[in-house]
Amino acid sequence: MAHSGINILFEGRNMVRLLGGLWISAKIAAIAIVVGLVLGIVLGALRTLHNPLLRAILRLYLEFFRVIPTVVLLFLFYYILPQNFNINMGAESVATLVFALWFAAEMSDIVRGGIISVSPHQVDSGKAIGLNRLQLYYYVLLPQSIQLMIPATINLVSRVIKTTSLLLLISVMDVINVGQQIIEANGQRYENGSFWVYGFIFILYFILCYPLSLWARHLERKELVNANG
Amino acid sequence: MKLKKIFKGIVAALATLLIVSVAATALPTKAHAATNSSSVSAIKKRGTIKIAVFGDLQPYGWVTKSGKRTGYDVYLARQIGKDLGVKVKFVQVNADSRVDALKSNKVDLVLANFTVTPQRKKQVSFAKPYMKVSVGVLSKKSNPITKASQLKGKKVIVTKGTTAEQYFTEHSNGVTLQKYDSKTQQFNALKNGRASALADDNSYLFAWVKKHPTYTVGIKKIGTESEISPAVKKGNKSLLNWTNKEITKLNKKGFFTTDYNKNLKPYFGSDVKPSDIIITNNK
Repeated sequence: MAHSGINILFEGRNMVRLLGGLWISAKIAAIAIVVGLVLGIVLGALRTLHNPLLRAILRLYLEFFRVIPTVVLLFLFYYILPQNFNINMGAESVATLVFALWFAAEMSDIVRGGIISVSPHQVDSGKAIGLNRLQLYYYVLLPQSIQLMIPATINLVSRVIKTTSLLLLISVMDVINVGQQIIEANGQRYENGSFWVYGFIFILYFILCYPLSLWARHLERKELVNANG
Repeated sequence: MKLKKIFKGIVAALATLLIVSVAATALPTKAHAATNSSSVSAIKKRGTIKIAVFGDLQPYGWVTKSGKRTGYDVYLARQIGKDLGVKVKFVQVNADSRVDALKSNKVDLVLANFTVTPQRKKQVSFAKPYMKVSVGVLSKKSNPITKASQLKGKKVIVTKGTTAEQYFTEHSNGVTLQKYDSKTQQFNALKNGRASALADDNSYLFAWVKKHPTYTVGIKKIGTESEISPAVKKGNKSLLNWTNKEITKLNKKGFFTTDYNKNLKPYFGSDVKPSDIIITNNK
């Protein structure tokens, strides 16, 4: 028994519970990424307009979410704001909201960077054939900049997935939280249970994130080929 | 030019901070005027009571391998649910989120080994105690620390938001604190030799030592003895009065002795007596 600490993963319903925890982490990340992606593209496009007030507001929004650590944001939305505004959301909704807003903020900067890197000739040509502003974004600017945005976006996606490990701090029963319960409850029989449980969680996160980073590398290579012929 | 930009940035950041903090402080009156969503009648109407418990503190609040919550605190929580005639919804918390969980209405009641301290009394309301505890110091059996003076110049592990952290912050005497977020982390740190001792509630250390015989609670009691009580949000008189009556009633029935024998006794060494832990003379 002493030499097979891996059995901690198969005791009782432990495996099902860990996978259940992973499902919650993945669900929160997935919803936040989809919502954040859409919102981020819209905000990023708005940030390239020449309206100073709009730009200032969106810039503030970006800096707010980029500068403040995610832990602080989670605490702020889960514990502090309800005390003052009498809004009460569940832990998972708070987590999804915070991650979506954070993702949208960072995404808006990626989109803005992509759009302004499209050569001004393209914009002029688009105007010359009579495209209006919306059409200009839809047919000219976004398609040409998406290639540039993808690697940074994938990087952001894997950051969001990894950051779900902070959710235990606001009482979300995520994979880390379940892992800690298992370690503590089985510490008597499995002295090095924490090694196996955290090791297993490592593998789970790896399975979620590694394909993304492979994909990002693949796209970057493809882009190099495109650029250099 | 660049400097001007940086300056603008700083001004903008300060402005947001100002707006956020003004918004955060301007509205609290509204929240206080709202009805008590954790009163006994509100809980009964809702049909569930939200109780904060630990999930990694064996044998007080933990989860079995089949995924069922159990422990001394959890047993009490289920009894309270039964006597109120409502379902219990458990919210798992860490030590440093217990006060905020109450303040932000995330839970109605905290039964997470919450030690009564003067500082915490300012933030939440405590009911009658159901356990007593002191800070104890855990060290390796091969290199035991048995006197407070031996701690001088050593590193001591604590969990954030615990009475042990508070004690050593106030009476540091040359002790360097290493603070962790959860019980799991603090014990891992000790096992990995990050520090020479660990301080936490003795009630908990007794149980841990039984499972880890190479360690010992060298100092059983440091500082004064304190009490562990259920806590409710400040001003929630309705639930506070009900909980006080409940504890008196349960005491008469000998509930806490049953709870001790069922949930704690198997985890403690033979040198620990029920009277070291539970309070039975509550009238």
